Amino acid sequence: MAGRRPGRNSVAIALAVALLVVAPPLLPSYWVGLLTQMVILAILAMSLDILLGYTGLPSLGHAAFFGVAAYAVAVLSVRYGANFWVCVLGGILIGTLLSAVLGLIVSHVRDVYFLMITLAIGMVLWGLGHRWIPVTGGDNGISGIPPLEVHAGLPFQGPLALHYATLVVFLICAGLMRLVVRSPFGLTLRGIRENEGRMKSLGFNTWLHCYLSFVVAGAFASVSGVMWAYYNGFVSPTYLDLTASSELFLMVTLGGPSTLVGPMIGAGAIVLLKNVMSAYTARWLLILGIVYIVAILAAPQGLWNLRKRPSA
Amino acid sequence: MEPEKTTFRLKVDTRYVVSGFSRTTLVAATLLTAVCVLGAQTQGPIRIGFLTPLSGANAQNGRDILNGFVLALEETGYRSGGREIQLMVEDDEAIPAVGLTKARKLVESDRVHFMAGALLSSTGYALAPYIHSMKIPMIYPVVSADDLTQRARSPWIVRTGWTGSQPNHPFGEYAYHAMRLRTIATIALDYAFGWEAVGGFKRTFEAEGGRITRQLWTPLSVHDFAPYLASIPRNVDAVYALFLGRTALQFMRQYEEYGLKDRIPLIGQGTTTDEHVLPAMGDEALGAVTVLHYSAALQNPANLKFAAAYRSRFTRVPSYYSDGGYTSGKWAVAAIEALQGQVEDRNVLLDAMRKAKPADLPRGPVELDEYGNPIENIYVRRVERVNGQLQNTVIQVFPRVSQFWKYNPADYLREPLYDR
Repeated sequence: MAGRRPGRNSVAIALAVALLVVAPPLLPSYWVGLLTQMVILAILAMSLDILLGYTGLPSLGHAAFFGVAAYAVAVLSVRYGANFWVCVLGGILIGTLLSAVLGLIVSHVRDVYFLMITLAIGMVLWGLGHRWIPVTGGDNGISGIPPLEVHAGLPFQGPLALHYATLVVFLICAGLMRLVVRSPFGLTLRGIRENEGRMKSLGFNTWLHCYLSFVVAGAFASVSGVMWAYYNGFVSPTYLDLTASSELFLMVTLGGPSTLVGPMIGAGAIVLLKNVMSAYTARWLLILGIVYIVAILAAPQGLWNLRKRPSA
Repeated sequence: MEPEKTTFRLKVDTRYVVSGFSRTTLVAATLLTAVCVLGAQTQGPIRIGFLTPLSGANAQNGRDILNGFVLALEETGYRSGGREIQLMVEDDEAIPAVGLTKARKLVESDRVHFMAGALLSSTGYALAPYIHSMKIPMIYPVVSADDLTQRARSPWIVRTGWTGSQPNHPFGEYAYHAMRLRTIATIALDYAFGWEAVGGFKRTFEAEGGRITRQLWTPLSVHDFAPYLASIPRNVDAVYALFLGRTALQFMRQYEEYGLKDRIPLIGQGTTTDEHVLPAMGDEALGAVTVLHYSAALQNPANLKFAAAYRSRFTRVPSYYSDGGYTSGKWAVAAIEALQGQVEDRNVLLDAMRKAKPADLPRGPVELDEYGNPIENIYVRRVERVNGQLQNTVIQVFPRVSQFWKYNPADYLREPLYDR
């Protein structure tokens, strides 16, 4: 089973990527921007999937790493005028380091306690973004991050260049994440999700696996945060708040946890739904709520797992 | 079992992706055609993009801005300079990233000629680089962050509202001389809006010889003012308060409950007793002296007409947000009329907006300084009960107040922004 599933997934990924590659030149720039947004958030949703779907650790503070990496890019580029690679590597490094430190605290607990602690950590970081004014600019955030293609010195500019650059990053991340979940390490994570006690008795160091899973997820979230900072050109505390984390949670659960492809679809669907519907009606939140409820009732395992039969 | 499951899932999900894509392309194709058609005929409607929070905690304030803007356009019958006006409204949810995405939609997809709106300073800051890089004029009716027309200004932002410190410069002097206050404690929401207002007040009040003896800052999410009220020194001449929305209502109530209302006079930023909260207040608000560039109780003919029209159209008292929306609507119409509807050239449009001087504004005469911020009247108001209704009665007018007050703009801009 483990051997086949990624095979199927890769066909679907190839298909989606083909669409993301072919469509943009035909679309107006606003739609290209939305696609870019979907791709960046897809990386983030997939990174949470490693934690939530594969390891079974429900994190309500995952947006924190995304936000911290985005803040790192903003501070480095706007306040210190750092060059592109310093910003990118700095963002990823700071986000990953943070997850490595916080992972030490949270990897001891499971289930609802994990949920509570990650929620608390997320709120603390949000508070820091809000109150550590000399560095974060407080409520107003930091604006004026140079566009990615200008900062990186790419020969091409505009929304298309940004889109394709993001797509490359996405492909690399998706490939790496697929490697992680297919590896023996990934299988162990799934084992922990199913029955941690049994994995322990088989001799696995489950704490270390959970910890590494947390760090890996944090690292990919940081990559997504770096791209998000460049895409929007500013950062603000709303990147770190509970709403961001819970929306991310919804992307994964709506799309289908422990599939990687599901969260990608979830991210795309939510970005599309929010932006298309709000253009037509002021009651779009109501519609979004109904969509969530219907999805949870009709596809409790997420869209991508919709046709999966109950396992024998 | 497995292979069968495989094919089935693949089929379903492929269809899902494909149909999603074809819908996207269909929408995109329609949009492309629409853009081409609109591009071909230069005399289509004038498209105005409007951003404001219509959901979430700030929805009512956002709605007030929109209502004011709509009222101004309705007065023209959605026609100006010989062309039809089309208003495109987007909900920015008071989240900066959402505001930016919606701005992109309005500019790049809907091809609006210019934009107006935004409520929060954070959204205002987030939009600024985009507005600047796209060279699209945008009117800020309410966003009050000082630096947007000071140290971080863009020529493409036309602010018809105010800066948070603007009313407080004259108010500091008024408090010292007219109210004869010497020591004051301040209590304000802990974010840029609070810091800038209190900073402006403190600057002129202390320059005259007064003293701020205690500064208290409450988080935006404050639910109980007891610990803060307990630490207000009882020997001050007045308390300066800055709140809005729910926090204003609660602060006023608790200020009275703690017996402070009868002991220490209350003054503050105009939002604390603005008409967006005043109708929900009771006697606890009576006597509070606050400062703003608008009051629904202004007795000039333009405001009497506006307030009556607003009440009958929306069954609410106009707040300063409503006036902000209305003034920016009048501003847009004045610019369009000056150009006789030829708004296609953005540089020309921007120039017309900066030079616009719409007549008969409810808040009195307004003109823009060279930094893109209004020079306007500042009103000191006292809460009174007239015919059973609370209102902000104007007790003093400071005419033509600039964001720099009496200071030299160049010197002013060399100093840092007000913070805690």
